[in-house]
Amino acid sequence: MTVARSIWRRMRDSRAVMLSGGMLVGLVVVAVVGPLVSPHDYLQTNFDELLRPPTTSGARLFGTDDLGRDLFVRSMLGVQVTILVAIVASVVSLVIGVAYGAVAGFVGGRVDAVMMRFVDTLYALPFIFFVILLMVAFERNFLLIFVAIGAVNWLDMARIVRGQTLSLREREFVQAARLNGVSSMRIIIRHIAPNLIGVVIVYVTLTIPQAILVESFLSFLGLGIQEPQTSLGALVDAGVNQMEGASWMLLIPATLLAVILLCFNFLGDAMRDVFDARGGK
Amino acid sequence: MLRYALLRLLGAIPTLLLVIVLAFLMVHAAPGGPFDAERVLPADIEANIAAAYHLDEPLPQQFFRYISGVLQGDLGPSYRYRDHTVSELIGAALPLSLKLGAAAMLLAVIVGVTAGSIAALRHNSFVDRLLMAFAMTGISIPVFVIAPLLVLLLAVKAQWLPAGWSGNEGALRYLLPVIALALPQIAYIARLTRASMIDVLASDFIRTARAQGLRTSTIIRYHALKPAMLPVLSYMGPAVAAILTGSVVVEEIFGIPGVGQFFVRGALNRDYTLVLGIVIFYASLVVLLNLVVDLLYAVIDPRIRHR
Repeated sequence: MTVARSIWRRMRDSRAVMLSGGMLVGLVVVAVVGPLVSPHDYLQTNFDELLRPPTTSGARLFGTDDLGRDLFVRSMLGVQVTILVAIVASVVSLVIGVAYGAVAGFVGGRVDAVMMRFVDTLYALPFIFFVILLMVAFERNFLLIFVAIGAVNWLDMARIVRGQTLSLREREFVQAARLNGVSSMRIIIRHIAPNLIGVVIVYVTLTIPQAILVESFLSFLGLGIQEPQTSLGALVDAGVNQMEGASWMLLIPATLLAVILLCFNFLGDAMRDVFDARGGK
Repeated sequence: MLRYALLRLLGAIPTLLLVIVLAFLMVHAAPGGPFDAERVLPADIEANIAAAYHLDEPLPQQFFRYISGVLQGDLGPSYRYRDHTVSELIGAALPLSLKLGAAAMLLAVIVGVTAGSIAALRHNSFVDRLLMAFAMTGISIPVFVIAPLLVLLLAVKAQWLPAGWSGNEGALRYLLPVIALALPQIAYIARLTRASMIDVLASDFIRTARAQGLRTSTIIRYHALKPAMLPVLSYMGPAVAAILTGSVVVEEIFGIPGVGQFFVRGALNRDYTLVLGIVIFYASLVVLLNLVVDLLYAVIDPRIRHR
C-alpha cells in the first residue's frame, strides 16, 4: 500500500507524467465512449456517402472511407485495438522479462552468464522478420499477434531487471534477511520484488510504444489485424491507397498513431525521471 | 587484436545456426503445406510435387539438405516464382536495396551526429530543446507514417519530387525513400550523440584542452568526437536492423523492386522458401554487421581489447 502511494505521489508531482498520461486517458475515454455515442457503426457501408470529407453534418466528424464506412468510429475502434494489443503484449513481455531477469540476477554465476549470453544473441537478430515468418507460417489470429509481439520485446526488460536484482542481492537489507535465515523465495518476494517495481513500471511504459509499433507495422503490411476488424496500422494502410483524393483517410489515423506513440514515449521518459531509473545501457 | 577478431567470429557461428534452425522450424511446424491453397490435386500429382521439393523426406533430412544448401549459397527453389531460386530472386533485388539502405545510413549518421553535437554544445538552450523535440517526434513516428506523409506533402501537394519509383528516372527518385528511411535513425542518433557528447564535454581532458586555449571546433574534432561516438557506434547494429525493417515498408510504399518488396509479396502469397530465405539472409547480414561494429569498437576504444 505504502509503495503504491509513494509512487502515485511522485507521479502526481511530475507535470510531464500528468500531461502525457492525461492525454492518453482522455484519448482512451473518447475511443471507448465515441463509438457508443455515434449513430454509425464500424461495419455499416453506405454507398451514397463514399469518401465524404470530414464534416459536422450527419455526425461524420472524420468523414467516411472508400466503402462509405464512418471513419470516426473506425478510427476509435483502431485506437482501442491498438492500445489493447500493446498492453496485452507488454504484459506478456513483462512476465517473460521479469522472470528471466530476476532468475539470472538472483542465481548469478555461470547460470547468469549463459542466460545473458543468450539474450545478447537474440539482441543481434532482426526480430520483426521472425514475427512476420511466424505470421506467414501460422494463420493470423489475435492471440498469436499478442504472443509474438510480447516475445519480441522482453529482452530490454530482462536486462534491466537482471542488473537491478544483481545489485539488490548484495545490499545490506538482503544480506541481513539472509543472515536471519529467511528463505530465498521469501527474500525475492518480500525484499527484491518491491524494489523492482520502479524500473519495471518505467520499462513497461517504454515497451508499450514498441509493441504499438510492431502491431501497426504488421497491420500496415496486411499481416496483422484483419478486416473487418481494424487497427491504426491497417487504417494508415487504407489511407495510403486513397491519399491523392481523400487525404483525411491518411492524415487522421496517422495523426492518432503519432500522438499515441509520442504520449507513451514522453510518459516513459518522464517516468524514468520520476523513478530516477537509469537504464543498464 | 587478431585473437579478439577470431574469437568474435567464432561466437557468431552459433548465432547464425540458431537463426537458421529457428526460422526453419517455424516454417515447417506450420499447419498445412505450401501448396494447400490451390485446387485439390490428384493424390499422385501431390506426391510428385512433394517429392520434387523433397517435402516427403523426414524433417531432419530436409533440414540437412537445406542447411548444406545454405552453406553453398543456395536457399532452395521459390514456391511461387516457379522458375527461379530464392538466391536468384534475392540477388536480383539486392543491389537496389543496398543502395537505398547505405544512403539512408550515411545520411542518418551525418545529420544525426551533427544535430546531436550542436544540441550538446548549446546544452539546455532553445536550440537544444528544439532539436530534441524534433528528435522525440522523429523517434515516435513510424516509417510507414512518415513515408506516405512525405509523399503527400512533397510529391502530391507541392509536386516538387516524384512520388513513385516506376516511370521516373534519375537520382531524384531516391530522395524521398532515403529521407523516409533515415529520419527515425537521424532522431535516434542525434539523441545518443547529444547524451554522450554532454558526458564527454564535462570530462577532465576536455577541461584541460580548454585550459590550453584550444578553439571549440578543434576540441570537438580532435578530442571529443571520438570518445563521444562509442555509443553511436554500438547503435549501428540495431540501426542496420531498423533500416532493413523500414526498407520493407518504404519499398512497398514507393513501389521499389527491392528485397523488401519480395519479402512482403512472399509473406502475403505464403511463399515459404522465399520468406525463409530472406529472413536467414537478413539475419545473417545483421549478425555479420554487428561483428564488424564490435571490431571497430575495439579499434576506437583500446580498452576493449584487453578485457
